[in-house]
Amino acid sequence: MTTQTLNQHDAHAHDEHEHHDAGAMKVFGFWVYLMSDLVIFGSLFAAYAVLMKGTAGGPSGADIFELPFVLVETFLLLFSSFTYGMAVLAMHKDKLAQVRAWLIVTFILGASFVGMEVYEFHHLIVEGFGPDRSAFLSAFFTLVGTHGLHVTFGLIWMLVMIVQLSTKGLNDKTRPRVMCLSLFWHFLDIVWICVFTFVYLMGVL
Amino acid sequence: MSDAHASHDGGNHGSVKSYVTGLILSIVLTIIPFGVVMTGGFSNLAIAVTISITAIAQVLIQLVMFMHLDFKTEEGWNAGSFIFTALILVILVGGSLWIMQNLHVNMMLGG
Repeated sequence: MTTQTLNQHDAHAHDEHEHHDAGAMKVFGFWVYLMSDLVIFGSLFAAYAVLMKGTAGGPSGADIFELPFVLVETFLLLFSSFTYGMAVLAMHKDKLAQVRAWLIVTFILGASFVGMEVYEFHHLIVEGFGPDRSAFLSAFFTLVGTHGLHVTFGLIWMLVMIVQLSTKGLNDKTRPRVMCLSLFWHFLDIVWICVFTFVYLMGVL
Repeated sequence: MSDAHASHDGGNHGSVKSYVTGLILSIVLTIIPFGVVMTGGFSNLAIAVTISITAIAQVLIQLVMFMHLDFKTEEGWNAGSFIFTALILVILVGGSLWIMQNLHVNMMLGG
């Protein structure tokens, strides 16, 4: 049955309207995935909020968080969100070289963010404040680490897109992928707003 | 705006202007919370309220300016699923905090 439906869909694939629907449907499906991802982050935020006072004699947020460092991380991710937006605008003008250039800029900004986060985690673990130290640090590493892993996977996806755009160009297959990654990337910046506000800033109060 | 920039992918993809506006507002709404926390001099409650408001404002601005969330794309299914998820989050996060706070007060758990 399913194959039949798919074949019927292929038969209409040359129709302009069908292209539109298929691309828009992929992007919408990805949006629904992001909503489920949002629930994962919500659960981790709830766990962090419950456990943040459980320092077990170890350091609290005020002892270990370096706000100027977090501010730089925040701006790296914010500007990368903006440069990805520029890539999407270039795609709608069919300027392939510009899309690739903006994606590379976004990748560099995102990679700098991950680099800073790895440095921060390494620094904390070396000082003896790893996730095994207290409930607070377990929740902190889980929440911030999950976000960092998402950004890392976004970077891998971005590299794949840069290669695909070079080999396949802009077509009905690659365009929805660029749009999905766009949603993913902006979504991660929005999650980061909640991380820097409710984890770092609230943590030092 | 949506008419001028609506494309064959369906939906509104914004313009340079909307992205720049979103970026500038986001920078302001990032500097304000970091500023009030780092300079200090305000009561903790005032700071907590201020940074919560700036965070919510920045989330909404990025949803609209960067992710182009509106009630027109996909006949509102994007926005509808988002509002449903927001409701789940309020129950999940609010409920967890409420229950754990109750446990903490009534059972005098450590920490």
